[in-house]
Amino acid sequence: MGKNKLLTMRGISKSFGKAVIALNDVQFDLEEGEIHALLGENGAGKSTLIKVLTGVEERDEGEIELCGRSIHPRSTNEAQQVGISTVYQEVNLCPNLTVAENIYIGRAPRTRLGGIDWNAMTRDAKELLEKFDLRLDVTQSLDNYSVAVQQMVAIARASDIKAKVLILDEPTSSLSNVEVEKLFSIMRKLRDQGMGIIFVTHFLDQVYEVTDRITVLRNGRYVGTYKTADLPRVELVSKMIGKDYAVLNQALLEGKEEKKAAKRGDVFINMKNVSHTGSISNMNLKISKGEVLGLSGLLGSGRSETARVLFGIDQVTGGELEINGEKVHLQHPLDAIRRDLAFCPENRKTEGIIADLSIRDNIALALQAKKGLFKKISKKEAQRIADEYIEKLEIKTPSADQLIKNLSGGNQQKVILARWLATDPKLLMLDEPTRGIDIGTKAEIQKIVIDLASQGMAVLFISSELDEELRCCKRIVVLKDMERAGEVEGDEISEGAVMQIMAGGEEQ
Amino acid sequence: MKDMKKIRIKNISLTMTVVLFAVMFIFGSARYDHFLSLSTFLNLFNDNAYLMIAGIGITFVLITGGIDISISSTIAFTGVFMAYCLERGVPSFVVIPTALIIGIIVGAVQGSLIHYFKLQPFIVTLAGQFLMRGLCVVISEASIPITDPFFKFMALGRIPIKLGESKALNGKIYYYVLIFVVVLVAALFILKKTAFGRAVYAIGGSEQSAELMGLNVARCKIGAYIISSFCASLAGVVFSFYTLAGYGLQNMGMELDAISSAVIGGTLLTGGVGSVFGTAVGAMIQGIIQTIVTYENLNTWWTKVTIAGLLCFFIVMQRIIAVRAEALKGKTAAAA
Amino acid sequence: MKNRLSKLSGNQAFWPVIIFLTIILFNTILTGGEFLSISIVDGHFYGRIIDIFRNGGKLMILAAGMTMVLATGGTDISVGSVMAISGAIACSIINGNLFPQLGGSVAMAIILAVCAGIVCGLWNGFLVSQIKIQPIVATMILLVAGRGIAQLITSGKIITINSDAYYFINGGYILGLPFPLYIVLFLVGLLLLFVHRTAFGLFLESIGCNQLASKFAGIKVNRFLLAIYTISGAFASVAGLIESAGIKGADCNNAGLNIELDAILAVAIGGTNLMGGRFSILSSVIGALIVQSITTTVLALGVPAAYIRVLKALLIIVICLSQSGKFKQYAAKLVSGKKHVRKEAVAL
Repeated sequence: MGKNKLLTMRGISKSFGKAVIALNDVQFDLEEGEIHALLGENGAGKSTLIKVLTGVEERDEGEIELCGRSIHPRSTNEAQQVGISTVYQEVNLCPNLTVAENIYIGRAPRTRLGGIDWNAMTRDAKELLEKFDLRLDVTQSLDNYSVAVQQMVAIARASDIKAKVLILDEPTSSLSNVEVEKLFSIMRKLRDQGMGIIFVTHFLDQVYEVTDRITVLRNGRYVGTYKTADLPRVELVSKMIGKDYAVLNQALLEGKEEKKAAKRGDVFINMKNVSHTGSISNMNLKISKGEVLGLSGLLGSGRSETARVLFGIDQVTGGELEINGEKVHLQHPLDAIRRDLAFCPENRKTEGIIADLSIRDNIALALQAKKGLFKKISKKEAQRIADEYIEKLEIKTPSADQLIKNLSGGNQQKVILARWLATDPKLLMLDEPTRGIDIGTKAEIQKIVIDLASQGMAVLFISSELDEELRCCKRIVVLKDMERAGEVEGDEISEGAVMQIMAGGEEQ
Repeated sequence: MKDMKKIRIKNISLTMTVVLFAVMFIFGSARYDHFLSLSTFLNLFNDNAYLMIAGIGITFVLITGGIDISISSTIAFTGVFMAYCLERGVPSFVVIPTALIIGIIVGAVQGSLIHYFKLQPFIVTLAGQFLMRGLCVVISEASIPITDPFFKFMALGRIPIKLGESKALNGKIYYYVLIFVVVLVAALFILKKTAFGRAVYAIGGSEQSAELMGLNVARCKIGAYIISSFCASLAGVVFSFYTLAGYGLQNMGMELDAISSAVIGGTLLTGGVGSVFGTAVGAMIQGIIQTIVTYENLNTWWTKVTIAGLLCFFIVMQRIIAVRAEALKGKTAAAA
Repeated sequence: MKNRLSKLSGNQAFWPVIIFLTIILFNTILTGGEFLSISIVDGHFYGRIIDIFRNGGKLMILAAGMTMVLATGGTDISVGSVMAISGAIACSIINGNLFPQLGGSVAMAIILAVCAGIVCGLWNGFLVSQIKIQPIVATMILLVAGRGIAQLITSGKIITINSDAYYFINGGYILGLPFPLYIVLFLVGLLLLFVHRTAFGLFLESIGCNQLASKFAGIKVNRFLLAIYTISGAFASVAGLIESAGIKGADCNNAGLNIELDAILAVAIGGTNLMGGRFSILSSVIGALIVQSITTTVLALGVPAAYIRVLKALLIIVICLSQSGKFKQYAAKLVSGKKHVRKEAVAL
């Protein structure tokens, strides 16, 4: 390409605490006017690298040069000042401020008296958003708008800052196809103006559509940098997941055989036109014993919301819910637990683990809640249960006394899984059980799920990774806009079929 | 749908507050002779200027989502400290700035502890409350009268306001009320027109986002606590103009009054929403309660109990509106 | 190191005990042994140590209740006002101003006073768990209004009463030991039994660490919060009875004034994290003894009482800092790097 080097990172290393090495001698470079994909499986070190670059985390070793000058940002603010701005996966704006302010806060236009010029700000914001084909009332506070709009506003903010380097950290997960297209055209425009864009994503299609070069990380190490046009997809995937790929497939193929052998039992859950004001509406869903039912759909389509209603976190406001043939009204998760339901929530950190408690206590918690306050599980009993599951699920820890916060994400997830298995549930609901988990553990968890179903447990499997659902589930219900959009079963299951329903194909 | 959206929490609260004020004023006027007069209205300012100033200060902290329960002690400390110094012949033009600087330091220390060491605001400011109150008693257990001429001038100097010949249209405001006016105008300007003020709101909306948007969170958060303590010591100065004495046990529990003023005026205790104008009206509502309690010849403790009740009512109302708004938003999203 | 300490839950009381013994030792040396001397008059034990236990009684009770509230990540600063209310109710009933049909029954007075404490606690718990008001504001409402309510009960007067049965609550002796000590043993024992024999302790720690995750694991968080604030209110009312029996009357302006700081300090000294999570009731009770003995010591040293409050306020900040992870990081940065690494290694 022969363009000027904009950003070079060399020999970056970063470790957390004792044993977790997040980055080990990683390099990365970015040229002026290019879109550069940063790829890798979860836990590969992408986000840590981004955090080091934007000053959120301090690097242990290594050099960062921007336009030939060594930089050492210690905060996002400093990174922004040298010309590195970022859009994160989760919207990081202030919901209580107006749209215009969210774009311009920190660098608002001033009147001659030195005060903030609200009129100018409103005008500028309107103009800027029009470039993105967004026509909003920018004087409204941000929380009036959908997540997708908020994400676009965040991108507008980042691109308008006089940035040399723009980092987009999985910005498309909450956007529709049309919005993604809009975003890409803006990215191309910015690139042509000479900006360097680092694009982190999970979607390989998008990588091939918009990027110029690709850098791959694996397990905190640098794998290589390639021209997008010269790198076939299969090769990219194998670089991202390394040798584990063959092993993984092997494990899952075994699982698949078992899955086919498994027979569907009686209906355990029956949702009839169930609604919850503000989330799902008219949901019909049957889950049978011994099956893994996949729940698919885009972010915000009602996947997690369905599980929340089933688990009594959100109450049923319309329709009927039957568990094991009995009509129920769940007021609290405990009601669901007492009816042998279990739920591994999506946000492990905020909804799953009790960080400062030991693995033993974390595992015993739900069982204890199920038994009630006065039937205390003795320490010995809890220890036995914990040891049993540490062995069964291969949780890597020196002992059950270890605090759960000291474990890796994958092992934390296994502890949460153990917590629910200890309650001996008849329905296990898993919401994104493999997010942020290394590929080996991912395969293990998938295998556990299939095994459990073959033993007669009903499993509701929610995942945004379609291929994962395709692997694990025999039946997939697709949701769209908080409603059921369709269902595929058995041999019909394919990526194409599910995607078509997601995109609204069935209705046409 | 669109019209519903426009009904924002802050607008409802502020409107309700102003209406409540009007209703109470009308109630008082209908019930008592001599109540309906300009001087009753102006006395609300004369008697509550210090509360309004302190309330405006604490509003900054509340908007960031924090809390400061040290202010009443800071007010008392300022009073005792000034009275003690003046008694020993230190001139007032030295004493007042020193007292204000102490306020700034207290705020800076509290804010830094809260921000840098991630301590809980209530623990830090609770400790601050006891520290300042303890220092008061260390200086003097008894009330110290102030005889300084400047203080006397400020205490007694007033501007007569005459709107008509009738007695009801005559009133006066004391000079120190002007300090409140200046504070109010400055606070309005800071919150609406400066980067600092907007950052205060941003932190209340989401501290993490504010940090990632490149705002100087440390400066703003500590700044909010400094403003709160500074306003408290300024309120202390005004309070000593008002009482011409410094007494260490003065204003016990006044932080609740200040917080009530803010909440009644539409500030959300969860942060991100609030207005200093509302706080001022909130303080005046408390003033009117006080006046009515006096007119009714009731035990002054009724004021405290009523204000606490009112605070509860407003917080509960805010919660209901917030829950409703959330449900409404969900519906809109589902409909879209 | 911290892990290992808190793991053996009994060991959280280790440092508080050492500190307490050190203070006792210091006092003993200071007074030339007089501090330790215990005399027996009429079969009752008298002495400085006994005084600490007797006078620390109400603080120990409050600290036990406060521990649980703080363990949930909340706080209850209304305890002083609840004490005032309980004292006001009990004394008003005994002297016949309130419910004259009860005929000044001491037993009924005590029962109703404790009931009032329970109602206060329920109110706090309701505001915190149902309305979701921050605990500091929720309990501040009662802190301010509560004293007003107490004033309204006594019509703003200081009540003095004449009832030996009532005096016994503070001044009585059983087997030579002061009665408040038995109240402490009973209440704290009951609480410990409850915490350790049921899953209450586990649930409480879980709620203190992560409310949302606790709810998702099937714990009825709101109900627990309500219960915990109620216990705190009930305990405060008992402390109020002891105090009021001690002054032989009800003084609404000064009953339990500023005692919330002492209670929080006691819990902090006991090593419970004020941010919520791990807790130890026993350590807090010892913490209360420490606070009481500090007060005694400082007074014995001839320092004016006013300084004690300043000292306590500073102490709380220091303890909080020592618990703050951030502070440890900063401190570690200040200490030379290598030294720190070695320390870490030893700690692990």
